Amino acid sequence: MASTTAIAEEPGFFTLLISRRAVLVALSVFVVIVALCVLAPLIAPADPARMSVRARLTPPGTDFLLGADAFGRDVFARLLHAGRVSLTIGLGVAALASAIGITIGLAAGFFRRLDAPLSRLVDAMMAFPDILLAIALVSILGGSIVNVVLALSIVYAPRIARIVRASTLVIRELPYVEAAVALGSSTFTIMTTHVLRNILSPIIVQATFIFAYAMLAEAGLSFLGVGIDPSTPSWGIMINEGRQYIDQAAFLILFPGIAISVSVLALQLIGDGLRDALDPRLAKDL
Amino acid sequence: MALYIVKRLIGMVVVVFLVLTIAFVIVRLAPGDPAALMLGPDATPEDAAELRARLGLDRPIVTQYLTFIAHAVQGDLGQSIFFRQPVTQVLASRAEPTIFLSLFSLAIALIIATPIGIYAAYRRGSFLDQGAITVAMLAASIPSFWTGLMFQRYLATDLGWFPASGYGGPDAGFLARMGYLVLPSIVLGIVNSALILRFTRASMLDILDEDYIRTARSKGMRESRVVLRHALKNAAIPIITVVGLTYALLVSGAVVTERVFNIPGMGNLVVSAVLRRDYPVIQGTLIVVASLYVLINLVTDLLYLAVDKRVRY
Repeated sequence: MASTTAIAEEPGFFTLLISRRAVLVALSVFVVIVALCVLAPLIAPADPARMSVRARLTPPGTDFLLGADAFGRDVFARLLHAGRVSLTIGLGVAALASAIGITIGLAAGFFRRLDAPLSRLVDAMMAFPDILLAIALVSILGGSIVNVVLALSIVYAPRIARIVRASTLVIRELPYVEAAVALGSSTFTIMTTHVLRNILSPIIVQATFIFAYAMLAEAGLSFLGVGIDPSTPSWGIMINEGRQYIDQAAFLILFPGIAISVSVLALQLIGDGLRDALDPRLAKDL
Repeated sequence: MALYIVKRLIGMVVVVFLVLTIAFVIVRLAPGDPAALMLGPDATPEDAAELRARLGLDRPIVTQYLTFIAHAVQGDLGQSIFFRQPVTQVLASRAEPTIFLSLFSLAIALIIATPIGIYAAYRRGSFLDQGAITVAMLAASIPSFWTGLMFQRYLATDLGWFPASGYGGPDAGFLARMGYLVLPSIVLGIVNSALILRFTRASMLDILDEDYIRTARSKGMRESRVVLRHALKNAAIPIITVVGLTYALLVSGAVVTERVFNIPGMGNLVVSAVLRRDYPVIQGTLIVVASLYVLINLVTDLLYLAVDKRVRY
């Protein structure tokens, strides 16, 4: 027979995460945005590239839920398909920047000889304003989705590297790492099993923020006309295309603007929530 | 303290050297022949060879690098391919709107963020506090170019409160030119106020829990004096840090905001340089902006010493 116990269990990670109402709402909103974009062909079956001269600049209504753009293309269908591109770039940058940043940060934190040169390199990289460095890199590499992800990952990797280095410096001195060294574990095993596993929390939090910043930066690059190929819709490209018609059809920039803002706001709130749930010491009264 | 300043200066020189190296490497990352890329698809092989020779791209990479560093430390950032002028001259001619746009935006951000941040911390947990945090987060989530386009459409075009775009033309006086920066500065100021507000609030929260604040209150000191004289003075250091950090945000914001409002500044220049494949201008802008960032960080660090006498290095 199961015994009843009066000892309260520690709340789980997910319970902690959604204990703040704002985080719960943000998480729900973000899941809905991702679902809408992933299921775009089912939810908005209209071809996002199909043009219709007669439908040109049709305001939102029954024919076109969110209106039609200057080429008569369905804004709702374009918005969902563009969301796939923007979210893919954000996720890709968060993943690749984390991979690069973890490698640099672990190397700098673990190998004393590499610390000074790598740290100065990170300082120098962080001296470039993100959009300016991204513009320069994309202009050199070319404006494909892969190159934008690569450029933005190079821009944001130093942020991860700095956090990983600082955490590694602390973990490296702990007794269990010394014990692993004494037991003859390889450097690679120590770095991945003992160090990296214990510094994942701040990395995950920072990667969530980078996801948000990358979406903003991609929109900025596309708006400036130096991002991805304009034939692939992204939210930034939709705003850039719509700005010429802002006097007649402000909705063309209204909806993609709202989509970017809501997604970025949701990600920032999720990042805050993750920080509080993963490491309450990092939650600094915000 | 002198030793600290010397150490910081040496550190600054190392980072600037790395900035130059990164700027050099970025242009060499171009797949294929950079000269052919700069000239575009219509260029003949002879044109490309001539440009390669002019830019020194036909020499060994180490020679190119050493020449580049030697020129850069003397203030020579090369020649613009489009303008056929020294890059430093081109940048200097576009610096005025960017500098003033950044300064005005910073002033507006501080005017918005500091009092709200202080009050939000003072009324911790209140409706105003929660509202301030939410609005700050929202301001940081909205793309600045989108806010710019909306403000331009409704406040400038519809209501006519501000000039919609441009910088007043070649005959415009200084004040007229500054008038064109008001709306862009408001846009950029709102965006940048978010970070300053959060930092001000967080540092004020720390300070308001300190013993000396309780002591000041127990002595019967007026609340406004406790907050403004004791708390704010001590919360100033983190606020100075974040003002230094917002430089990068301001420059990034200026690049897109100048494009929205068609302001002929350095941001607009660099975007045009990308479209014209004028790599020396892109490279020069990167170097100047990043070196300024390094310098501003040094000044910020030294300002600590002036603001808080307890800080000793």
